[in-house]
Amino acid sequence: MAISRRAFIVGGALAGGGLLLGYALAPFSNLKRARSLGAEGDEILLLTWVKLAPDGTVTVIVPHSEMGQGIHTSLPMMLAEELDADWSQVRMVQAPADPAFANGALARGYFRGEHEIPAALSGAMDFTARKIAEYMNAQITGGSLSIRATGVDGMRRTGAAARWMLVQAAAAAWGVPAEEITTDKGVLFHAASKREAGYGEFATAAASFDPPADVPQKPRSQYTIVGHSLPRFDIPAKVDGRARYGVDTRVPNMVYAAVKASPVFGGKLASFDAAAVANRRGVLKVLEIPGGVAVVADNTWRAQQAVDALPVTWNDGAGAAHSSDSIFAGMEAALEKGGLKRDWAEGDAETALRGAAKVVDQTYRLPYLAHACMEPMNCTASFEDGKLEIWGGFQDGLGARMTAARLAGLPWEKVALHHTTMGGGFGRRGPTLNYLAQAIAIAKQVDRPVNMIWSREEDLTQDNYRNASVARVRGGLDADGRPVAWLYEYAEKHDPAEATLIPYGIANRLARYASDTDPIPFGPWRSVDNSIHGFYIESFVDELAFAASKDPFEFRRDMLAGAPRHLAVLNGVAQLSGWGTPLPKGRARGISLKESFGTIVAQVAEASAGPDGRARVHKVWCAADPGEVVHPGGLAAQLEGGIIYGLTAALYGEISIAGGRVVEKNFPDYPMVKMADAPAIEVMLMPSGARTGGAGEPGTPPVAAAAANAVFAATGHRIRALPLRKHDLNGPPEPQWRPEQGGNSESS
Amino acid sequence: MQLVVNGVAKTLDVEPEMPLLWALRDVLDLTGTKYGCGVAYCGACTVLVDGQPVRSCSFPASAAEGKQVTTIEGLAKDGALHRVQAKWIELQVPQCGYCQSGQILAAAALLDQNPSPSDADIDAAMTNVCRCGTYSRIRAAIHAAAKA
Repeated sequence: MAISRRAFIVGGALAGGGLLLGYALAPFSNLKRARSLGAEGDEILLLTWVKLAPDGTVTVIVPHSEMGQGIHTSLPMMLAEELDADWSQVRMVQAPADPAFANGALARGYFRGEHEIPAALSGAMDFTARKIAEYMNAQITGGSLSIRATGVDGMRRTGAAARWMLVQAAAAAWGVPAEEITTDKGVLFHAASKREAGYGEFATAAASFDPPADVPQKPRSQYTIVGHSLPRFDIPAKVDGRARYGVDTRVPNMVYAAVKASPVFGGKLASFDAAAVANRRGVLKVLEIPGGVAVVADNTWRAQQAVDALPVTWNDGAGAAHSSDSIFAGMEAALEKGGLKRDWAEGDAETALRGAAKVVDQTYRLPYLAHACMEPMNCTASFEDGKLEIWGGFQDGLGARMTAARLAGLPWEKVALHHTTMGGGFGRRGPTLNYLAQAIAIAKQVDRPVNMIWSREEDLTQDNYRNASVARVRGGLDADGRPVAWLYEYAEKHDPAEATLIPYGIANRLARYASDTDPIPFGPWRSVDNSIHGFYIESFVDELAFAASKDPFEFRRDMLAGAPRHLAVLNGVAQLSGWGTPLPKGRARGISLKESFGTIVAQVAEASAGPDGRARVHKVWCAADPGEVVHPGGLAAQLEGGIIYGLTAALYGEISIAGGRVVEKNFPDYPMVKMADAPAIEVMLMPSGARTGGAGEPGTPPVAAAAANAVFAATGHRIRALPLRKHDLNGPPEPQWRPEQGGNSESS
Repeated sequence: MQLVVNGVAKTLDVEPEMPLLWALRDVLDLTGTKYGCGVAYCGACTVLVDGQPVRSCSFPASAAEGKQVTTIEGLAKDGALHRVQAKWIELQVPQCGYCQSGQILAAAALLDQNPSPSDADIDAAMTNVCRCGTYSRIRAAIHAAAKA
């Protein structure tokens, strides 16, 4: 059954409750509450997203967190564009963590489904309804949704409505028809009577006009702000030490804490000998916290030294039995056992596979990954007089505040949350808040503010990880080497639901998955499931091309007749990279294509084997269709950053489990791309004018397959498990493909 | 212990082995210098000691006695940004920004010693980690600062 958008909204409302829908459709219903929180002095809060002062200053209230992706600049640009504001008068403040600023626009993005939902994806229905409930009361900065939901649904609509209100106010004051009033750079004009006035003059009067729900917006051709790489508001403070991150929180009477949690997931504290460290210099308290211990001291270093020296014994519990080997074996066994959950299907993949002239059947593995934000997890908390105050960087400030209230046993009104700049997020500072729970437990036992900073060792070993997974993929080719069947099986599905979809025109396709195979704490990691399926799908498509004796670019191109945007991006990257032109000896190109968060990205990597037999990636070309481009420089930076993040994982990234605990303790065990091994990156933006896509994540998913496919082209080694550094490319290559039993294929 | 930080003499009562990083951050309240790994891998804690870049997380505060310590807060002179800082803004280098204090100080030290570094020189000198992946802009900003 096809799901119409409207039915989907109604269905979501029925599943999630009428209040959610009502809230979503009444974006201005919180006006009074927001005015009481955000308006200062004689400023009038026109709408929840913007303040306009009598001096003409426009303050845009952004309900999302800045972690370097530039939204504290690009979202105000979208509002200022529709308002016809003077950019030099535009300021930005981050919305306080209060329900009045809950991100309804973002929730509506999920409501609608940012994708055209194919009939095949009926399984996504329940999933999306759950997401609505989860995000409805949130200020989530994630899912690459800030621009495409808050920007498109919130900022633009609000900017246009604010301009409409100002025009009405001027028309009433001047006694002229509103249609005769024009606006430009923060000034209202009435040409016939030669009158003009700055927006600030009518800020107060405008507030008495009720805006209609949908004020017409500018055509893109009239944009003067959006589409330009304006300097980001947050950058000057990031070059001279002024920017305050969570770790930099300093409040009066504050002390510092260091912690150690059970190294085995789910393990418990058995005992600790506080007396052994209590008399060390600067140590104030030695505490038990849920699942671990904390030392409070007069500075971070003394606290950390003491917690490192503290004798602790743990009850490891059943979790100690887990290892990477046992987890992978469990995932493979689950796929073999069958009874998998259906993800989506079209045609009859199993029958088509049996009738195929040639069948390719391969199994892939991906390891756990840590987020490894440059700023380790941290939180400052103060619990005094029945009130809790929190300072830190959160991708979901309101969600963190609600979680803090629940953990502290307080009504949410008794909890205040102060946003700081974030030293990286990548999903880690979103829904997984084990560090917040620890900070609150400490604050409850200390009668002054406590700044708790994790050591890098805690940060790597107490993360919520990108899950490990296994996939078995089977593909069938007809006698002419055209793909006719796609059977995709994998362990563990998180989100987004559409991450397993393929754009290729293969008539018979089926995806299904095993659940409950992963005992390690999960958290969203930049692009979430897309980083996994980008590798599996695009590696396997390369294997199909090889089995069909076709060029990997041409093989993909020939399957994209029904997907013109994907085809354009694939052609774009082929042209950009000089696909097919000669390269120095030993080097080769690999190609990959993955849509995620509404943005279609194709990448080509150029790779070789180094003298040590390890993969080197020399250059990456990237073509992207994000629908529209709000801030070209920012989007390019996000794509480049996403490529480096994904390439670090592809080349080096592996969190392994032994005895139920994480083996990699610090950066030397979990190496990263640095300047010397960072490839040159060339980005080409190809906005098609389609619905606005995401920016923060879509650069990551394609790069691992592009690199691995280039390694194959250069060395003959087909890489079916990452990271690349574990493969000796000077050794004998693995078999290219093997026929499935029962297939009509001939062995190669 | 006596330290001269950004040209100002400071007296501290700390253990000689306390890393310079924590003396700067938690005792002198100069929070622009960041903790990243504590094992001198990532360079987020880079400061200049007598003009040389050091990883202050693994550098005892006592080893800086009698030397000039420069942190990110002290790089601008007389209200004017250092040319590296200026190019960092012009080329919009930072994303999250957490590593950039260390990157900027490492770049400033490189240019002091090598006024027009090649790409290979930059590869060798700039070993700080940036998880946001701003390397290509860092490289471009160093080249631009060299010409400034």
